[in-house]
Amino acid sequence: MSAFDKTLQIRSSPHILSGNSVDHIMFHVVLALLPAAAFACFAFGLTAVLTLLVAVGACVGIEHVLCVANRKPSTVGDWSAVITGLLYGLTLPPGLPLWMVAIGGGIAIVVGKLVFGGLGQNPFNPALVGRAILQAAFPVAMTTWPVAMAEGRFSGLPSSLLTLPFLTPRYDGVTAATPLSAWKFDHHLAGTSDLALGFTGGSLGETCALLIGLGGLYLAARRMLNWRIPVAILATVALFAGILHLSDPARFAGPLFHLFSGGLMLGAVFMATDMVGSPLTHLGSVIYGVVIGVLVVLIRVFGGMPEGVMYAILIGNALVPHLDNLLRPRVYGTRAGKGAKA
Amino acid sequence: MNLPFRLQSFRHGVHPDDHKQGTEHLVVEHMPFVGRYVLPLGQGGKPAKPTVTRGQRVRRGERIATADGFVSTSLHAPVDGTIVDLGRHRHPNGDLVDCIEIEADAFSLQTIVPHATVDPDTLDVDNFVAHVQQGGIVGLGGAAFPAHVKYKTPAEKPVRHFVLNGCECEPFLTCDHRTMVERPAEVLRGARIIAKKLGATDIHIGVEHNKPDAIAALRAQVLPGEAIHVTPLEVKYPQGAEKMLIKALFGQEVPAGKLPLDVGCVVNNVGTMVAIADWFDRGIPLIERVVTVSGPGVRRPANVRVPLGTPVRDLLAHCAGTVPETREFVMGGPMMGSSLASIDVPVLKGTSGVLAFTAAETARGNEFGCLKCGRCLDACANFLNPSVLARLSRHGEFDALEANFVMDCMECGACSFTCPSNIPIVQLIRVAKSAIRDQKRKEKKP
Repeated sequence: MSAFDKTLQIRSSPHILSGNSVDHIMFHVVLALLPAAAFACFAFGLTAVLTLLVAVGACVGIEHVLCVANRKPSTVGDWSAVITGLLYGLTLPPGLPLWMVAIGGGIAIVVGKLVFGGLGQNPFNPALVGRAILQAAFPVAMTTWPVAMAEGRFSGLPSSLLTLPFLTPRYDGVTAATPLSAWKFDHHLAGTSDLALGFTGGSLGETCALLIGLGGLYLAARRMLNWRIPVAILATVALFAGILHLSDPARFAGPLFHLFSGGLMLGAVFMATDMVGSPLTHLGSVIYGVVIGVLVVLIRVFGGMPEGVMYAILIGNALVPHLDNLLRPRVYGTRAGKGAKA
Repeated sequence: MNLPFRLQSFRHGVHPDDHKQGTEHLVVEHMPFVGRYVLPLGQGGKPAKPTVTRGQRVRRGERIATADGFVSTSLHAPVDGTIVDLGRHRHPNGDLVDCIEIEADAFSLQTIVPHATVDPDTLDVDNFVAHVQQGGIVGLGGAAFPAHVKYKTPAEKPVRHFVLNGCECEPFLTCDHRTMVERPAEVLRGARIIAKKLGATDIHIGVEHNKPDAIAALRAQVLPGEAIHVTPLEVKYPQGAEKMLIKALFGQEVPAGKLPLDVGCVVNNVGTMVAIADWFDRGIPLIERVVTVSGPGVRRPANVRVPLGTPVRDLLAHCAGTVPETREFVMGGPMMGSSLASIDVPVLKGTSGVLAFTAAETARGNEFGCLKCGRCLDACANFLNPSVLARLSRHGEFDALEANFVMDCMECGACSFTCPSNIPIVQLIRVAKSAIRDQKRKEKKP
């Protein structure tokens, strides 16, 4: 105990705090992500374990190194880099060469977060920034999907995983289309229960929608997650997809298929709700969710790509400063809360 | 909220643990007389003018300083004794201020010499207001604003509702709670006097519903057919802020920059009503008040009726002292009270509590960048955007701060309380507000 600890404290009120803290909240987000990550490891075996480890390691490592290099206290203790790494890892296809995983993780932290000034300053979700750049750089590798529940997934590693940097990965295992691309390009519809439970191909975290939803419920119950955002996104997707499905069932897939396929659940629950990139007000949160939901269905159904959650959320993030500016709450005792721009 | 129905309240706010269980059932005890009393001349409004000289003997209840101007109140001796000093002593806020120091007469029986009792019905408004001022009565909720000022209402602003504030939304404090439970007759007597004089059509008493015994005690005193409404309110901070209380009771907002009177309301604290009743009916001026001594650092938490001017050190000693782990002393509530740099300062008219906190409460986590999580927006009862105000304050953007209604902030501290990044939001806002006020003052006199 230093001498200072024994002195009387003189401070401005309030003298008690709620006990919320950023690192505490972030730690619980990590906890909530673990079931989905564990299921990914079960479904894809050692590949998933290595991919997630490298993704988290790259994110945490680069943040720590850059903090130290800038002679600043390391910020990895706030757990946010771990979340970025986990989320980013879960958006990747299993079997992606590890050197690509590491590069994308570095990009997520550096371009997605640190260049803006670190935690709290990033306009876009860092994990999605990393993935978006990776998708542009390595489009083929990012859309090659080994099948889930493959035989021998715990005994060996696919050769693509260990591809040396700058060499084209070679896929030796069985690859398959994701449910979304199977439906989009071949018009093959996967069963809803397979989708919800995660027995389909896709990114590591595109699989078990139910476990992701459970993680979300846990956080919402602890008031660590703005439930309005996932509810708005999922309801919008269900409604929009449902209307399309009713208009032409042969052409458009039903709402359940949309809800449980692809990265929608992961995106809606864990990425769109990133506090930094989501609106401040409740009404803003709902509008933000609706916009993302509409964009997801538009991109999936009418766009050139089978999946659009990533771009929908990034576009949603871009809208947030405008939503916050437009939807300022009405100050008590005034007619309107509109003042000069902050 | 685990209630089947929704209690009346304002919107937004925070729910701190109320920590009242340690003292809410403790009957108010009397503080024994001590050796010396220090009474700052300024205890609500402009400092009073002393009417005594050094060496003079005074009786308990005797006036020792008289109001200087309208927004000022008289001061009375809390004990029989001798004036030993008219000089500067340490105020709880840390400043050296003009005080009257009294050495108590160790051999006196300390019986109060009452002033003449007055029937309020015989006084016109001006004489009534002057008489309240003579009694040294200030708002006992904590701000210590001279009570009589609120009763001098302009004719064009009629009073419809006289509102009594029994919310006591500050955690730890139970002095108002005990006052309502133990002296409900005086609370209502004072309220009836004031409401009649103001010409108010009804009396509303807002009490947070964590004080069911206080609500029952007050209701038992209401006569059949009397327009007095005791309303249970949701337990939420800052429910006891005047404007929040009015919103909770009437669903009406006080326009920004205006007073409750502009919506036909006058708001007083319940403790103030007891002081009014004692002054008119018994001729006892404001010479003591109920103080809650609590917090994890206090060995024997208590509600104590304390003569004004009693040193905090003696009050704490009366409560069996504090534990060695004590790291912070707070005068007032934990949300809006102020830290004490020394416990050798007196209890004032506005002292609702003396709290002692240990390292467990004073520890602060790391400060993080603002995550824009929006918790402070949900906390702010004035519907400001505290996160933006804090950021603008750090950058000294005074014009933008004013455009974002920084001057409407009542500094309740709900934003800082709830901030997961541990940003001292309300402190930054205070800095900005005082800088803006300084700037305005300079512009006025070039």
